[in-house]
Amino acid sequence: MAHLLLRHRDIPDIDRLDVYQKNGGFEAFRKAVTKMKPQEVTDAVRASGLRGRGGAGFPTGVKWSFIPGDIWPHYVVANADESEPGTFKDRELMERNPFQFLEGVAIAAYATGANAAYVYLRGEFWPVATSLDGKIADMEKAGLLGDGLFGTGFGLRIFTHLGAGAYICGEETALLESIEGKRGQPRIRPPFPAVYGLYGKPTVVNNVETLTNLPLIVEKGADWYKSLGTADSAGVKIFSLSGHVNKPGNYELPFGTTYRDLIYNHGGGVTGDRPVKAIMSAGASSAMIVADARALDTPMDYASVRGLGADLGSASVIVINDSIDLDWVINKTIHFFKHESCGKCTPCREGCYWMMHLIERIGRGEEVQASTELLHDVARQMQNKCLCPLGEFSTMAVTTAIERFPADFKTSPAGGSHA
Amino acid sequence: MLSEKYPEEVRKIFAKYPPEQKRSAVMPLLYLAQRDDGYITKAAIEEIARMLEITSTEVAEIVGFYTLYHDEKAGRYRMQVCTDLPCALRGADRFLEELCGNLGVKVGETTPDGLITIEAVMCLAACDKAPMFQVQAADGISYHENMTVDRTMELVAALRKSGKEVK
Repeated sequence: MAHLLLRHRDIPDIDRLDVYQKNGGFEAFRKAVTKMKPQEVTDAVRASGLRGRGGAGFPTGVKWSFIPGDIWPHYVVANADESEPGTFKDRELMERNPFQFLEGVAIAAYATGANAAYVYLRGEFWPVATSLDGKIADMEKAGLLGDGLFGTGFGLRIFTHLGAGAYICGEETALLESIEGKRGQPRIRPPFPAVYGLYGKPTVVNNVETLTNLPLIVEKGADWYKSLGTADSAGVKIFSLSGHVNKPGNYELPFGTTYRDLIYNHGGGVTGDRPVKAIMSAGASSAMIVADARALDTPMDYASVRGLGADLGSASVIVINDSIDLDWVINKTIHFFKHESCGKCTPCREGCYWMMHLIERIGRGEEVQASTELLHDVARQMQNKCLCPLGEFSTMAVTTAIERFPADFKTSPAGGSHA
Repeated sequence: MLSEKYPEEVRKIFAKYPPEQKRSAVMPLLYLAQRDDGYITKAAIEEIARMLEITSTEVAEIVGFYTLYHDEKAGRYRMQVCTDLPCALRGADRFLEELCGNLGVKVGETTPDGLITIEAVMCLAACDKAPMFQVQAADGISYHENMTVDRTMELVAALRKSGKEVK
């Protein structure tokens, strides 16, 4: 099947406006603005079953429907902060198929009544932002952005905003703080951004991949979109495959594809022809899945992955073969979260600090059993107490690695096997 | 002074945000302040605070919070190697160790000629193309993916050559 999101793999030069338009580009935006009411666009997206692709999986149309009609102006913000270890899909979309993403931003803005949209990119995506600025200028010249679009009263401007290196800014309220020129620390919710967002105004924050789906839904309809994927997970998904596989990369596949198919068929098998030991289904924020036959044959959709005691999340699949001990793996993830914890809430700030010291003790072989028990205890005590998902996510790999791979925490010095 | 040195850029930055929300300009202005020397001076912080009508502490806390802003001079190029989990599974730790050995520096140190500072950083969203690093220079960032130590040393030689021309 031809790609629906990674269309640049089938159509050369689709990152040029004329090529994108020759292939039907911006017809969906035109159709929405000239033939549909904003509410009809929202209804179509809701009926399509599209769920947020950034990790939370919240139904996109429902998120839009929370925007109130009596507080103005409204904003749309594209979350292009992509910083989860194991996730690299949004960058490819913005670099190679940028107009489909920007058309999605425009459709979201029309549906929610926003006349200004911001694309928040992580600072490391500097060249991507420069390139997007050029694409936005192309759209302005072609009359696809600006005032009075398609002869209607609707107008829209899109701006890029560069972050500067902070994983926490992928959390939507921290992201909004960052655009406002403050430290990227999450807000206490409620109120949610739909009511109190950017500059205190109603704001929709959607992930890049989510937005890139919108032109398809408007063009081909909710029923067509729903016919792809599975009952609870409509459409296609980009799976970012990394770690111990021969062909790591992004794979656009229908929901419901199995881990076995992803790893052995698309990913070319496991490095060194060794057995898969563990799978992380949602990047570093993931629980550790024991890669037995049942797990490998599990379809990748929201409900089925939950059945494995994990989450689909952003579908960043990290494969770990049997040459690695998991105490080394969580040493890596703990250091990541310790570094990225914003410091605002105590459970996360202090918890990550103590988890780091304990995993280092385990790595040095000091009182491994007692240190492991204490590490598990600290992680469990953090759960359900953090202000935002970052703190909660930091514990997922820790508790599940200890519970599901106990043998990896009985080894002696140097923490057993590592990459 | 930024407003005198880069008037066109400053104007473009302010045009992105509602006039009453000019504090939003702090991050792009800090990148501009970092453009010449690769780090942000106290004078620049004070100037940006005046431009945005906020305190210099409120500007300084942005510099401190985000990792791509620097308040100290380092090498002309910061070579930032990702050593997070997916990259490490593809040999990033070994790559970094060998690279440091070749350059004769430890992580965090700068080569004696002041050209390159080696840093280990968190995920850069290029997990399928490890070993990889980004090079942060005063005026931008570039990615270098699927790297070997040999190819990196070639890049270093090229930077060394171009760096001398600039000096």
